Amino acid sequence: MSEQTEAFVTIGLEIHCQLLTKSKLFCQCATDYIGKEPNTLICPVCTGLPGSLPVLNAEALKLTIKTALALNCDILPQAVFYRKNYFYPDLPKGYQISQYDLPVGKDGFMEFSFQGKRKRVNIKRVHLEEDAGKLIHEGPDLPSSTSGVDFNRCGIPLVEIVTEPDLSSPEEAREFLNLLRRLVRYIGVSDGNMEEGSLRCDANVSVSLTGQSLGTKVEVKNMNSFRSVYKALKFEVERQREMLLNHQTIEQETRHWDEAKQVTVSARGKEEAEDYRYFPDPDLLPITIDSQLVEEIKNTLSELPLERKERLMVEYELTEGEAEVLTQEKEIADFFEECVKLMPKPQLICNWIVTEVRKNLNMMNQSIDKSKITPQKFVELLKLVEKKEITANIGKEILEEMFKSGLTAKEIIAKKGISMISSEKELEKIVFEVIEKNPQSVADYLSGKEKALHYLIGQVMRATRGQADPEMVKNILVKKLSGED
Amino acid sequence: MDIKEFKDFSLEDYQKLIKNREISVKELAQLFLQRIENVDPYLHAFLFVNRESILDEAQSLDEQLEKANPEEIPPLFGIPIAIKDNICTQNIPTTCASKILEGFIPPYDATVVSRLKAQGALILGKTNMDEFAMGSSTENSAFGPTRNPFDLNRVPGGSSGGSSACVSALEAPVSLGSDTGGSIRQPAAFCGVVGLRPTYGRVSRFGLVSFASSLDQIGPITRTVKDCVTIFEVISGKDEKDSTCAPYPAFQAQEIPSREEVKKLKVGLPREYFSEGVDSEIIESIQNTIDFLEKEGIKLVEVSLPHTVYALEAYYIVAPSEASSNLARYDGVLYGFRAQEAAELQEMYFKTRTQGFGKEVKRRIILGTYSLSSGYYDEFYLKGMKVRTLVRQDFEKAFEVCDLLLTPVSPCLPFLFGERTQDPYQMYLADVFTIPSAMAGIPALSINCGYARSLPVGLQIIGRPFQEGLLFGLGLLIEEGLALGAPFPEIPLRKENTYE
Ligand SMILES: [Zn+2]
Repeated sequence: MSEQTEAFVTIGLEIHCQLLTKSKLFCQCATDYIGKEPNTLICPVCTGLPGSLPVLNAEALKLTIKTALALNCDILPQAVFYRKNYFYPDLPKGYQISQYDLPVGKDGFMEFSFQGKRKRVNIKRVHLEEDAGKLIHEGPDLPSSTSGVDFNRCGIPLVEIVTEPDLSSPEEAREFLNLLRRLVRYIGVSDGNMEEGSLRCDANVSVSLTGQSLGTKVEVKNMNSFRSVYKALKFEVERQREMLLNHQTIEQETRHWDEAKQVTVSARGKEEAEDYRYFPDPDLLPITIDSQLVEEIKNTLSELPLERKERLMVEYELTEGEAEVLTQEKEIADFFEECVKLMPKPQLICNWIVTEVRKNLNMMNQSIDKSKITPQKFVELLKLVEKKEITANIGKEILEEMFKSGLTAKEIIAKKGISMISSEKELEKIVFEVIEKNPQSVADYLSGKEKALHYLIGQVMRATRGQADPEMVKNILVKKLSGED
Repeated sequence: MDIKEFKDFSLEDYQKLIKNREISVKELAQLFLQRIENVDPYLHAFLFVNRESILDEAQSLDEQLEKANPEEIPPLFGIPIAIKDNICTQNIPTTCASKILEGFIPPYDATVVSRLKAQGALILGKTNMDEFAMGSSTENSAFGPTRNPFDLNRVPGGSSGGSSACVSALEAPVSLGSDTGGSIRQPAAFCGVVGLRPTYGRVSRFGLVSFASSLDQIGPITRTVKDCVTIFEVISGKDEKDSTCAPYPAFQAQEIPSREEVKKLKVGLPREYFSEGVDSEIIESIQNTIDFLEKEGIKLVEVSLPHTVYALEAYYIVAPSEASSNLARYDGVLYGFRAQEAAELQEMYFKTRTQGFGKEVKRRIILGTYSLSSGYYDEFYLKGMKVRTLVRQDFEKAFEVCDLLLTPVSPCLPFLFGERTQDPYQMYLADVFTIPSAMAGIPALSINCGYARSLPVGLQIIGRPFQEGLLFGLGLLIEEGLALGAPFPEIPLRKENTYE
């Protein structure tokens, strides 16, 4: 194997995101199946009992249009649902209702920067479909050597996003997936949680040594975390590269990522390719998507993460890193901008959000919009710090308390009896007392021993129970000791 | 009381008896149960008779009646109704006459059933049919055929053979059937009763076990046109549970034009429906009706529906295609029959479906699977859909020159058992005149217009979408003018005549 032989890699992704609707795609059943007892969120429609008929959830269609618009797709004037026919125990109707040659959106793209370069990935299609159920092979209620089916997931609305094979490395694919996940969360169509199955990803990987032609396409499935996508792609690229270097032929096939062994394994060959016998679902008439609806959705579509990041950098003179963090979640960026409106100190606000606010959110496992902090309360706190009425350290403590109780900074200060000793006059009094009590250290300092000053600062801090700003204490001490006033 | 006294009773007449306390709801139900007991061993129109609970429910209706204001009693209060076994009924078996659904008891009512129940109607039982509504003779039932009340050696038509035979033999005053390619009208014609295939989308399909979703419609089978109107008023109208159900209000009897208006209608006679292939005695009966209409001053015009000959072939592509997909859910996983001796999943599917489905159902699943396969889709399914459009356009053109069409329902009289079972194409021909209007999604009414060789002859009136009112208008005129009365075929009531 020669290391200098470059491999040309093309990767295309197929991403399924669970849409954030309250009810399923074709019935009224709830969608929050995580952690629910099997088969408790089902009805005759989603389990396909004889005589049941699907009725489209209009909200799911709107969210799909929104996703397609965010990915710069053309919206087709009609939504047509097809049946994808195949047999599997978790598919109660014997077909999945999906879209086929007429998706909601097609020919879009997503841009992002990767390793300092601007990258564009073309989006082939964005369409809406229903999820299937889940097989369970072991459990307390399951006799051994039998399998059970949980239909709770049946009929959950999914948006499927298919990219062109425009990604040229596993790293780039990982970055794209990350940004796509951020995008769907940002526009509020999906929570994008891969570990819980609300975001799933299949990949098409092909490797060529010449770069002249596309290599043979191999589909990789069964990757259920961001880490496993990356690892599976890395493994697959290397596997194909080595095969090519050894003059072996790569077969077009589907491979599964084996998480335990960290390898991809062949699932089935091309000769067994299924014929899904797609045809328009006669139980669902084609739905006209009028341009007015598309306009309305476009208007609800806020600035997308990438645009916003760039604007934040320019408008508030933030670094790329800072803007990146702020735009990870729409709610955080909104919070930041709300605060800036109330207090025109973007850098200060940014610093606090990036560190303290996020730390607290992580600790409480909360999103900012669900937390007890409002921009008003947060800015009030920052103003106290800014005016040095409290120290930054005290501010941090108060913030933590605010997250827990929802009280305002002033309420917490009053309740806890935190005195605003940072007011200079009060501090001077304490400094004076410390000087009085420690003549030896004063003498040491005056004779040039820097260390003595630190001791004196420590004493002041102790006397104030840590509530003073050490910088201010130092200034006052130096001033006093040098006899400036 | 002799059931024969009810021969010419309309639903309204039953209502009067109930309102005037001349008969209790329970007594009425008992009368029909008795009739079923007497004649159904010969006919086998029912797969399930709701003996126990109908009497309890009748009792509770009688109690309600004690307190009710007679004026406020809904029109179907206390009326027993027979339901085709592919229409879901809560807590009552629904099998589609198939082994694969044997023992299936739906936890819900079809929309039509809940609408009937809301009016106080009682479910009398579930009627026999061709398995999954595939067939034209009710010989394809997994539980044995239904016999024609006019001649027990002959078929009652299909697939709503049970629903038609039971109304014809007065085992039930009215029933519901389903029509995919003619499954209400052809058996209604064979049994001498009235059958309506409504405009596609005018009656909710929710709860109707799908055969071919784009063609299936539920409709009434009754002894008179008037009763047909009464039932249609109750079951029609949009339904949130069915996306293909038109946003159109329920039918109202006021939509039926007056006698004078009916006489001003122009009636078209499609040339293709009076060809050599039709039994001459059927043509003769229809000609009688035509003569009557002319005497009444109705204008008749000859029209052409040139794609009629292709409609049958296109139907046998489109309907099986949809069926192959609709019937995929019967896989032995969630409910119904499951083959026991399978070792693994694929084998379980194969054995369950091989043992669970009858021959005709399997034939159509294979046909449909083939038509939808990649490589054949364009050649078959898509072409079938194109022909369908042409068939619809034929009707649109015809309705530019006339208001209604008048045709035979079937090219043949009720045939003997086994006569056509060996040749599927011969069997499919029985629906040749009912399929085109089904493909076009337009309404069609079948009524009796006389007898030939002691067997009923059916006449079909076809109209524009949502103009069921016109069909009823002409139907009422013909029914009254021919004065044939409702059927009451002689059925031997001696045990030794059982044709098993
Ligand atoms: Zn459901």
